[in-house]
Amino acid sequence: MAAQLVMYEDEFTKINAICDRLAKDANAKVVFLVDKNGQLISASGHTQQIDTTSLASLTAGNVAAMGGLAKLIGENEFPNQFHEGAKDSLYMTIVATRIVLVVIFDNRTSLGLVRLRIKKASDELGRIVESMNRRNSRLEIGSPFAEISDEDIDNLFSE
Amino acid sequence: MSFINYSQKEINCKIVYYGPGLCGKTTNLQYIYNKTSPETKGKLISLSTETDRTLFFDFLPLALGEIRGFRTRFHLYTVPGQVFYDASRKLILKGVDGVVFVADSQLERMEANQESLENLSVNLAEQGYDFNKVPTVIQYNKRDLPNAISIEEMRKSLNRRGIPEYQAVAPTGVGVFDTLKSVAKLVLTELRKGG
Repeated sequence: MAAQLVMYEDEFTKINAICDRLAKDANAKVVFLVDKNGQLISASGHTQQIDTTSLASLTAGNVAAMGGLAKLIGENEFPNQFHEGAKDSLYMTIVATRIVLVVIFDNRTSLGLVRLRIKKASDELGRIVESMNRRNSRLEIGSPFAEISDEDIDNLFSE
Repeated sequence: MSFINYSQKEINCKIVYYGPGLCGKTTNLQYIYNKTSPETKGKLISLSTETDRTLFFDFLPLALGEIRGFRTRFHLYTVPGQVFYDASRKLILKGVDGVVFVADSQLERMEANQESLENLSVNLAEQGYDFNKVPTVIQYNKRDLPNAISIEEMRKSLNRRGIPEYQAVAPTGVGVFDTLKSVAKLVLTELRKGG
């Protein structure tokens, strides 16, 4: 089992900045960063019309299913996936084995440009995620919930 | 595995409803979806076949409220119960924080219950979890059916570990929220330990 994913504010800010830049440089509609368990980490671009929570969960399901298929044919995983739609298309890249970078784009840009910009962004994201991994496995991360009482938990359920 | 975002002050936990085919996992989620206020829930996603059997998973995000300034969100998943979807079940257990095992109370489904429970233990082990340490509750569903066997018998065959157990009739909601609250509490208690 991989170590718990814990992200601090400075990392979050850096990650958001990379996603914002990628959305701009690739002329993409939306850029998402999702962890392989289906948790949304970051979203940039025109996210208003998209159900980001569902997108994150389905991305993780899709990556997990494709990963299962990859193993069946003797591959470790499929690090890149491209799905072409009539108007919008979707590109997914696995970053540092545990994060998925999702870019949604339309015909205002090209697959070539998107791929080029993704490559650069995913290298930068990879370095951040790997440093998070190293720190998390080195340190025993204290849970912010260490101090909570039974009462706190019960209060959550009082109608 | 819970996801803690210190910057946005939120914590996300994953709960998986497990159990044999047609035991009522999806019905549990549908009831929760129908009875929660729109501001606390997201969309219920069901990846199912044309005959409404779960093909990959159902997914329902729920916001429970705040604990010590952290927004607490639960992502509820179901697995496909049918035996031949085992590869999909394994995938869905990845990163799980808590499990609800839904058992079918009908006499003729007891073997399927046991098989599914065994399958859960094996699949958790494959993901690196010890079934005995994962926060788990058991729900004896379909208590309203005439061929439901006694709770004592169900306990004897499915709950030797003595985990929290609930009786339910999922379509009418009996026991559905009790089960959810119980597993959520176990997950949060586990988080307190720093798990």
